[in-house]
This record gives sequence, structure tokens and C-alpha cells, in this order.
Amino acid sequence: MDLIISLVINGLATGMLIFLLAAGLTLIFGLMDVLNFAHGGLFVWGAYTGVFTYTLTESFLIGIVAAILTGMILGFLMEKLIITPVYGNHVQQILITLGSMLVLQEMIKVAFGPNAIPVSVPDYLAGSWELGEVILIKYRLFIIIVGLIVFGIFHYILTRTKIGLIVRAGVMNKEMVQALGINIKKVFLFVFMTGAALAAIGGMLMAPYSGSIYAEMGMEFAILGFIVVVIGGMGSFSGSLFAAVLVGLAGSFMAYYVPSLSLAVNMILMAIVLIFRPQGLFKMAKG
Amino acid sequence: MMESLLKLHNIHTHIGQFHILQGINFEAKAGEVSVLLGRNGAGKTTTLKTIMGLTPASNGTITFLDENIEKKPTYDIAKIGIGYVPEDQGIFGQLTVEENMKVAMRKVTDDALEKQDYVLELFPDLKKFWKKAGGHLSGGQKQMLSMARAFVNDSKLLLIDEPSKGLAPIVVEKVMEAIMEMKKRTTIVLVEQNFIMASRIGDTFTLIDDGRTVQQGAMNELIADDELKRKYLGIG
Repeated sequence: MDLIISLVINGLATGMLIFLLAAGLTLIFGLMDVLNFAHGGLFVWGAYTGVFTYTLTESFLIGIVAAILTGMILGFLMEKLIITPVYGNHVQQILITLGSMLVLQEMIKVAFGPNAIPVSVPDYLAGSWELGEVILIKYRLFIIIVGLIVFGIFHYILTRTKIGLIVRAGVMNKEMVQALGINIKKVFLFVFMTGAALAAIGGMLMAPYSGSIYAEMGMEFAILGFIVVVIGGMGSFSGSLFAAVLVGLAGSFMAYYVPSLSLAVNMILMAIVLIFRPQGLFKMAKG
Repeated sequence: MMESLLKLHNIHTHIGQFHILQGINFEAKAGEVSVLLGRNGAGKTTTLKTIMGLTPASNGTITFLDENIEKKPTYDIAKIGIGYVPEDQGIFGQLTVEENMKVAMRKVTDDALEKQDYVLELFPDLKKFWKKAGGHLSGGQKQMLSMARAFVNDSKLLLIDEPSKGLAPIVVEKVMEAIMEMKKRTTIVLVEQNFIMASRIGDTFTLIDDGRTVQQGAMNELIADDELKRKYLGIG
């Protein structure tokens, strides 16, 4: 039983990290119809600037704030300079965001060096609690709690506030939102910056979890993010959480019981969902 | 003489490589219901979309309250007082009726709330299904919601595209009554294929054919002119 609980906590923690990445991705795709392959670059920049600040100030919280700010600034620049000219053209979006991903990745090496940087868990989050025979690793629980808080906040914003309603309405019918007097471009920018900030938080939280950060980690996680968006349903925030937890748990259990399939399990999950429910599990209805 | 609210002068609109509007001239006067008539594909819907800036004019001028609006973005056009009810109603299907109204209400003012109360009196079904998802409403209720949404702000002009399309005759009657009621508080430009409905509620008509204005006048003149109706509307 203790093994199962450990695997579940491990899976949930990984799932929450993927969720933070996928949540922004799904909103950006759902509202803006933009395929952002550079999202992983925001994740890795969040990790590096967060860790850099954390090391400098010895405050993990300030590190998280630095990651969020980095994500928002990069998100702002990316939307204005790179995404705006390619709205409505998926091929150009794929090409330019893939290129941006590589640029962001290489710029990490220029700014922070090519080698992996070790990252330790802050003292107050290190160690574990023992409940009988069950060992609960503090940092993993912390990630789960942060993920749930982020989900709660965004779920509240999306369902209970005017800006959230506008974003959801924009996902369904952009033209009509504009015809009601709302500047959808400003909403796009807000969503893009928010999505970028979420990815950056994910990167920062990932750093102590994996023990080290490296420039290529963004691309690796972005693939998982895309898988989660496809499984959860493009544009669905709740779908992203559900799918991220599913992917996290599947990965955790497969890595223990069938290690040879642990890398393939996400693809298998995605293939099954695409066969039986091509629109994803929580497809956001248009119109 | 009534004040001219909206004026289109020699409007041309291209969609991709297609030259859809090739010279639309049209005027809507305050307090009137002006009806755009013409066969399918004549350019009526595109005319409304061009006024809203959704398919911007490539040439010509559109004046609303003495201000040129043909270069303005759609959200600015809506903000200066033009409400739009599209042909497909444009309901946000996963949002409730209440949430649809919240998105539409740009500022929660006493005036906007009074207007909301007014439309809810006009369309009691919306009050009844206040918490129901827009996508689960009937065609008629969606039409009512779309009209309510367009009206709730300080809309001096409503553009309504084919409100009777796909509705049962009894629902068409209700929608028509609502438009007559709303006419008391705003100006309306209506695109309508149903000539019986159009002739009952319209004050003036503009006939559009092949993207051009071919005839304008008082609705009574069109009702009496069988030749014109036969030529451009296929009735009479």
C-alpha cells in the first residue's frame, strides 16, 4: 500500500508540473488558435531565472516571483514580435515558434553556460514525513498543493470573473466578442502572458524536483504538454488538469511496473484517446 | 425630418479575391427600421459585416453620427453604439444566459441594468432559463438572447441579420413583436428574407442585387410595386 501511495504522489507531482505547462498551452491554442512550440522555452527560462534568483537571494519564493516575471516579459515580447504577424497561419506558427524554441534554448547556454546546473530543494521543503510505513516527500506534496492552488485560482478566474468569461467566450467565438465591444487583441496578450507565466512557474518548480536544470529540458517537457493538451481537449483548462494527472500517474506506475514501456505510455494514451475521442476528453465546444 | 444616423456611400468590399460589395449606398434614419432586401448572395449580410468592420470596406465611406467608421476596428464600432445580431446568433454555447449577458454588458451602470431588465421583460424566456447554457436554448431563445445582448449596452443602432431564419412561425411572430417594441428605443437595420415580416415592421427598404444598391424608398412604395418585387425578390 505504501508503494502505491508513493507512486500516486510521485505521479500527481509530475502531473501538476505538466499541468502548469499545458494549461497555458491549451488556453493559447483554444483562444488564439496559435500552435506555440516555443512554450517549452518559457518553461526553461522560468527555471533558469528562478534558480538564478533563488541562488542569489537564497529565497525560493523570490525565485518563483522572478520566474513569473520572466515568463510574463518573454510572453509579452513573444506575442508582440513573433506571434502577432502569424495569426491565422498554422504553418508559419509552427516554423517560427520552433525556431524561437531553439533560440530560447541556445540563449540559455549563452547566458548560463551549456552544463546542467544542480538545484537543491529549499531546507524547509526538504525531507519527508512518515505516516506509518508511508513516506511522504515534502517537496512533492508542495508541488501538488501549488498545482491545485494554481488550478483553483485560474478556475475561479475563468468561471467567476468578467475577464475569465471573456476569455472563455473568445475561445468559442472571437468575432462575436469583438462585436460586443471587446478588444480581443488585448485579451490575447493577457492570455499569452498568463500562459507564459504558468510555464515559467512550472519550470521553476521542476528544478529542485529533478535536481538539476539543463537547456534541453524545455523541449522534453513541451512534448508532454502537447500530449496533455491533445488528451484533455484543446482549449479546456479542466481537461488539462485531468489529462496531466493521468499522464503523470501513468508514467509513475509504468516506470515502476513496466519500465520498458514508461516512455511509450504517453503516446499510447494519446493514441487511445484520439481513436475513441478525437476532440479530446474535455473538448471546449465552439459557439 | 428625421436625423440620419448611419450612411453608407459607395461601399466596396473584397473578401479574398472576390469583390462582394460593388457600390452600396444606404441610409438609416433615427427611430426607423430600415430593411435590406435582396436575393440570397446579394450582399446583405456582407453589408452588415462591413458596417461592423468584420469584413472591412476596401473603398467608400461609412458615417455613423457624423463620424467616419469604415477604418475603425470592430470593437470600437461596437463601443460607439452599434449592436450586432449575426445570422448565426453568435451565442457563447458553453456560457449560461446570465454569463452571455455579463460578457455583453461592457459597464455595469444603472442604465445598462435598466436595459437588461427591459429586455428580460421583453423576452421572459431568458429570465426563465437564466442559468441554462446558451447552447441548450431553442433557436428562438438563442435569437432573443442575441438581440438582448446587442441591446443591453448603449446601442443607438442595432444591426439584425435574418432574425426569422429557421424559426417556427409562432416564434417569428414573437421576434417580430420584440423588434417592434425595441424600435421605440433604438434604430434598427434589418436584413430579412421573409418579406411578410420585413414589410410589416420596416419603415424603409433598400434593395441590393449583385452587391449594389438598386432601389431605396419607403416600405409602402415597395409593397405597392409588384414589378420591383418580382424582379429583385422573386415574389409578387
